[in-house]
Amino acid sequence: MPLNIPNIREQFPILESVIYGKPLAYFDNAATMHKPRRVVNKVTEVYEKLNSNIHRGVHYLSNQATTAYEEARQKVQLFINATHSHEVIFTSGATGAINLLANSFGESYMKPGDEIIISTMEHHSNIVPWQMMCKRRKAVLKVIPINKNGELILEEFDKLLSPKTKLVAVSYVSNALGTINPIAELTQKAHANGSLIMVDAAQAVQHIKVDVQALDLDFMVFSGHKIYGPTGTGVLYGKEKLLNEMEPWQGGGEMIKTVTFEETTYNELPFKFEAGTPNIAGCIGLGEAIDFVSELGLENIQSYEDELLDYATKEFLKIPGMRIIGTADNKASVISFLVNNIHPFDMGTMLDKMGLAVRTGHHCAQPIMDFFGIPGTLRASFAVYNTKDEIDRLVQGISKVTQMFG
Amino acid sequence: MTIKEIQNEIVEEFGAFSEWMDKYAYLIELGNDLEPFDNQYRVEQNVLDGCQSKVWLHAWMDDGKVYYMGDSDAIIVKGIVALMIRALSGQTPQDIIDSDLSFINEIGLKEHLSPTRSNGLVAMIKQMRLFAIAFRAQQV
Repeated sequence: MPLNIPNIREQFPILESVIYGKPLAYFDNAATMHKPRRVVNKVTEVYEKLNSNIHRGVHYLSNQATTAYEEARQKVQLFINATHSHEVIFTSGATGAINLLANSFGESYMKPGDEIIISTMEHHSNIVPWQMMCKRRKAVLKVIPINKNGELILEEFDKLLSPKTKLVAVSYVSNALGTINPIAELTQKAHANGSLIMVDAAQAVQHIKVDVQALDLDFMVFSGHKIYGPTGTGVLYGKEKLLNEMEPWQGGGEMIKTVTFEETTYNELPFKFEAGTPNIAGCIGLGEAIDFVSELGLENIQSYEDELLDYATKEFLKIPGMRIIGTADNKASVISFLVNNIHPFDMGTMLDKMGLAVRTGHHCAQPIMDFFGIPGTLRASFAVYNTKDEIDRLVQGISKVTQMFG
Repeated sequence: MTIKEIQNEIVEEFGAFSEWMDKYAYLIELGNDLEPFDNQYRVEQNVLDGCQSKVWLHAWMDDGKVYYMGDSDAIIVKGIVALMIRALSGQTPQDIIDSDLSFINEIGLKEHLSPTRSNGLVAMIKQMRLFAIAFRAQQV
C-alpha cells in the first residue's frame, strides 16, 4: 500500500524548521530519527496525567503508570514477536542493552580462553563492551572480515567458529555502510556450532521486520530513538531460559525480591535486569512510536525507503567523482559516500549551510574506515518522511560543493 | 602589527562578504594558500585529533617571538588555521597569552570553535596558547 508521505510529514513538527534561511532536509536518520507529534504528546501526557513511580505503589496513579509501562513492553513483544513480554528488558538504548548483556553474559557464561565473534562492520557499541568483557574474563575476541563491497565474508566466519565460541554478536544492518547481513544464515551456523547469537538491530527494526522467533535469535537489541521514539530508551530481548540463567548486572531497587545484608534474592524477569526507576515516560513513548510504525506498516515503510535508496544511489552516481562506500547487494536506507578528495568535514559543513543535514566522520565505526583506508565518509540515511525532492536538493548541494572545491 | 590590529584587518576583510558562500570560498582559498607544513614536524605529538578532522601544529621561538606552522586535512579547518597563524605568529609570548581572539566571533565562525565541535580547532587554540606560555617560561 503506498504511503501518504505529505500526511506523514505533517506529523513531524521539526520538519518545518528553517536552517540558515533554507528549509531543513534531514538525512541523519541513522543517528537519530525525528519524533511524530503523537510520541511527543504521549510523553507529555505521561508527565501531566500519570506521573508516578511504577510497580510498587498501591495508589491509583502508580497503578495507571505501571499498566501503561507494561503495555509498552507488550507492544515491543508483539513488534519483535517475542514469546513472552518478560523477554523484553527495557534499557537506556542499544548501547545500554549491549553493555548489560556483555556484563551479565560474561559473568555467567564466559571462562578464560572462551571466544566471542563480532565483525569488522560493527558500531563501537558492539565492539567496546565485548573488548571490556574479554579483558575481565580473559576471553578472546574474534572478528569476521568484510569484502570491498562491505559484506561479511561468510567462509571466514565458518573458519572462526570453534568449540570455544560462546557467542556471535553481529549487527543486522551496518550503520556506516547500510549492508543488511544474512542473519538467518549466521544464526543457523552459530547454532549448528553450539554457539549463541546476539543481533544488534539498532539500524534494522525501523526498516525491516525483525521476528526473533522466526530467526531463532538468542538475544537482540535496539534503540528507541532510532525508530521514531524518545532518546534514552532501548530494548534487550533475550530468550527466557537464558535470561533466567544469567546473573543480573546492575543492582538496586526494582530488581530484588528480598534484601538482607547477608544475601539478596533477585526479582523475576524482566525486573531482574531493570534496576532503579526506569525511563517510564520514554518507554511508554516508545510504545507509541511502535504503534506509529505498525499502523503505517513496516513493509510499506521498507518498500518506500528502498525506492528512496535506489533513487538516491542512481542520482548520486551521476555526480562526477562520486564514490559510494558500501555497495552490498542487500542494503537498507544508508548511503556512505565521498566525492573526489573532498574532506567529509568540508562537504558536510557546506551542505549544512544549505539546510542539508548529513552525518560526517567515522560513524563510530573506525575499523570500517581503516578497512577502506579513509578518514571518514559522509552519510545520508533515510526515514519514511524523506522525499525524492529532498534527495534532488541534496544531489544539487553535493554538485555545487564539488564545483567549489574544484 | 599588533594582534588587535591584525584581528581588525581580518574582520574588515570578512565584512565584505554578505553571502555565506563567499565567506567559505575565501576560507577555502586561505586554506589552499597556507604555507606548506614541513613534513618533519608531521609527527604524532604535533597532531590535535578531532573526531571529524585533524590539525597539525608546530611552534618555535626566534628572537623573542613565537612562530607557528599548521595544517589540517579539512580545507575549511585549514583556512581557519591560516587565520589563527596570521593573527598570532610573530608575536611575543605575552601578547599571545593576552590576546582575546574576538575576531572569530565577529567574522561568524564561532560555530566551528565551540568545544562540542570536534574538528581539532579548539584544541589548536589551546595549544597555541600553551606554546606561548612554555616559551615565556623559557625567557625568564
